[in-house]
Amino acid sequence: MGKDSICARRVTAAHRLPCYDRIVAAGAGEIAIAEDLLAGKPGAFDRFVETYRQKIFQYTLLMCGQREDAEEVAQETLLKVFEKLGQLRQPEHMKAWVFRIARNTCFMRRRKSVFAPVQELSLDELMPRLGEDGDARRLEVADWSALPEEVAINSQLGALLRRAIEELPEIYRAVILLRDFEEFSTEETAQILDVTEETVKTRLHRARLAVRQSLEKHFRAETRPS
Amino acid sequence: MKFSECKEIFALLSEYLDHDLPEEVCRDIDAHIAGCPPCVAFVESLRKTVELCRRAKALAAPDPLPEPARRELLAAYEAMMAARAKSS
Repeated sequence: MGKDSICARRVTAAHRLPCYDRIVAAGAGEIAIAEDLLAGKPGAFDRFVETYRQKIFQYTLLMCGQREDAEEVAQETLLKVFEKLGQLRQPEHMKAWVFRIARNTCFMRRRKSVFAPVQELSLDELMPRLGEDGDARRLEVADWSALPEEVAINSQLGALLRRAIEELPEIYRAVILLRDFEEFSTEETAQILDVTEETVKTRLHRARLAVRQSLEKHFRAETRPS
Repeated sequence: MKFSECKEIFALLSEYLDHDLPEEVCRDIDAHIAGCPPCVAFVESLRKTVELCRRAKALAAPDPLPEPARRELLAAYEAMMAARAKSS
């Protein structure tokens, strides 16, 4: 499939997510930080540490649930990054490279997640239910249209989202954190996690459905008449 | 419209949202969604879920970096830069 046809499709896709080009543009800041670091520019070290320490900490904390472990993995990962940085030839791959080191560092600790155990999510359980009369047109889907496009991520919504992520079994949590929070591509996520791209796609879909379901329970409760 | 058709579409929705499906499959999904309000509601709720995740970004922040830890990192960075300069 040619690039032009993909972009043309994106323009007309009202229901779909923003064009991938916008996501790539959003990651340009991270690439600039990596380039400045490699060029030894003033302030680049502190900017790099601040940006990546937060990212590694969050990923590790949401994967293992231990704050102390997450702080240590972030420090250990950054040390490895600086020790091996001379081997990195393409700064645009810095973020995926850092996350692969973080993932391996986290894995080496061999601590089990304190959150949901390893298990498969059933697609059927994540789908909306049929209406009582079995009519497909009465699928039980809450109306999210009242939720503004640019709803503020306040502390309550942030906590809700974090709980929804923590409730996911580990294999799904890892994928959604990389794909939807860090906005890695399917290919990069597959490389970081050492799985196939098909596996990433399958796990991402189930993870999104499960998070959607958790949020929907909240929105239903919020809009239920008292 | 049969539920099985909605169900088949639900299974493809992440790839649909991510522009990861062939054009003809997207057209079939668009055609189905256009006449199926529950599917519209479901697609929209999934899209908003993903956008919330993308915008949330920082759900957890580490404590400030202690100065000894910063010094340890800076020493590793400076050693790497020195080795790099030497080898080039």
